[in-house]
Amino acid sequence: MKNLLAFEKVSLTYYTKTNETLAIKDLSFNVNQGEFVAIIGPSGCGKTSILSLAAGLLSPSQGKITLSNRQITRPDDKIAYMLQKDHLFPWLSIEKNVRLPLKIKSKLNTENIEYANQLIEKYGLKDFKKYYPEQLSGGMRQRAALIRTLCSKPELLLLDEPFSALDYQTRLYVCEDVYKIIRSENKTALLVTHDISEAISLADKIIVLTKRPATVKSVHMIDFDKSTTPICRREDKRFSLWFEKLWGELNFEEK
Amino acid sequence: MKKNNYSKKHLEYLKKEKKNSLVIISIQILVLVFFLLLWELLTRFNFVDSFLFSSPSRIYNTTATLYSSGELFTHIFTTLYETILGFLIATSLGILIAVIFWWSSFLRRVFEPYIVVLNSLPKIALGPLIIIWFGAGTKAIVFMTVLVTIIVTIINMLAGFIQADEDKILLLKSMGANKWKIFTNLIIPSSLPVFVSTLKINVGMSWIGSIMGEYLVSRQGIGYLIVYGGQVFKLDLVMTGTVILCLLAGVMYFLVAFLEKKLVRKPK
Repeated sequence: MKNLLAFEKVSLTYYTKTNETLAIKDLSFNVNQGEFVAIIGPSGCGKTSILSLAAGLLSPSQGKITLSNRQITRPDDKIAYMLQKDHLFPWLSIEKNVRLPLKIKSKLNTENIEYANQLIEKYGLKDFKKYYPEQLSGGMRQRAALIRTLCSKPELLLLDEPFSALDYQTRLYVCEDVYKIIRSENKTALLVTHDISEAISLADKIIVLTKRPATVKSVHMIDFDKSTTPICRREDKRFSLWFEKLWGELNFEEK
Repeated sequence: MKKNNYSKKHLEYLKKEKKNSLVIISIQILVLVFFLLLWELLTRFNFVDSFLFSSPSRIYNTTATLYSSGELFTHIFTTLYETILGFLIATSLGILIAVIFWWSSFLRRVFEPYIVVLNSLPKIALGPLIIIWFGAGTKAIVFMTVLVTIIVTIINMLAGFIQADEDKILLLKSMGANKWKIFTNLIIPSSLPVFVSTLKINVGMSWIGSIMGEYLVSRQGIGYLIVYGGQVFKLDLVMTGTVILCLLAGVMYFLVAFLEKKLVRKPK
């Protein structure tokens, strides 16, 4: 498999008036093309910083981050970021929200708009195109946010606990939804989460981080078939075995 | 998929709502009529002195006299001109400065203490200086209006700009947005409600500014009428001026409220 995103001995230091904090230390890992990678770690270990680094919003204090062997220095068109909440703009219709990345990148041409419309239609938001975000349910909104993420045709999706703002029921449903969409679009994804079960139900590979300064503690290849959806995985016997194992590792770190 | 086929209960509910607002408007009118009537009667039967308190009929007569002598509209237009000009200058200049401060947090930090001091300074204290600098005329009054209004504009609009969601800014940055695109796509639309409330506040502020200015220096205008009336003990003139002011300020406020309806999309 081709290597898409690589962190090579990345360190990140934060400065405040009173403190110098080493948030990430010598972090190295790879995300291959078409892979769904989840990063889990104890709370406050700098998971979000890792995504900000990958998105080119922060620069590492040391080390190198590359996308297809090119160093990332600023936000890249091939990478799209999805945050915890949907962050749809309330004053824009769903259709215009979805097209926002195109507008920002000055790529609002007929071809791209056509592509955005196709995505909207394919994923069942066609009837809601002219609606405003507040008229949609939480699950629908999250789906719209995902389509917005996809419409600039990124290769890599960065997901920052994209389900954490939803209630449990919706969460399972949206998780399933997002998994299917990402798989069917053949995208590579890097997810950070504190939810072990979410990581197991979505990922091909799970990276466990140590507590701060964060570095890789262990890497696990999750041995489910790619076609097994999150809900099916949760019903599988191996699910609880993985859960116990990862929970043990994380718990050790929290202490 | 909502269409206009309301259920019977829904129609009843709408009817009730409509009735409620009708009742409120009628009571509002009644209160005004009652107040005017009471005022008129109390003065007519000499329970209070109409020389000191004037009366609706005396106000009407004074207005009619002012109208027939052609003075009425001179005064109204003078004050309107000063107020609207001051309002426009202060609002646009204030917003421009707020944008600059949003753009550069460095400049914002440099000028913050000056803004704070200017905000708490009673602008009337600068009255004598303004007269000397700008002469006793319209210029001085407009300047006073701008001075009274602009600081509040800067403070309100800047607060509006800054309260834009950090995560949404992050999202736009991850799409590769520069500062200008963040401003046009996020800051402007998310600050619209603050903009409208600033306009509403500024309507009041510019009336304060222009009337205050006219108190200091003027030969015409509603503020002049009031001050002059006070000096020569013609309280009819003072009351007439006040009533006209109430009407003008009310109209200007409703214009802004109308603009609000056009600009701000209410959640359904």
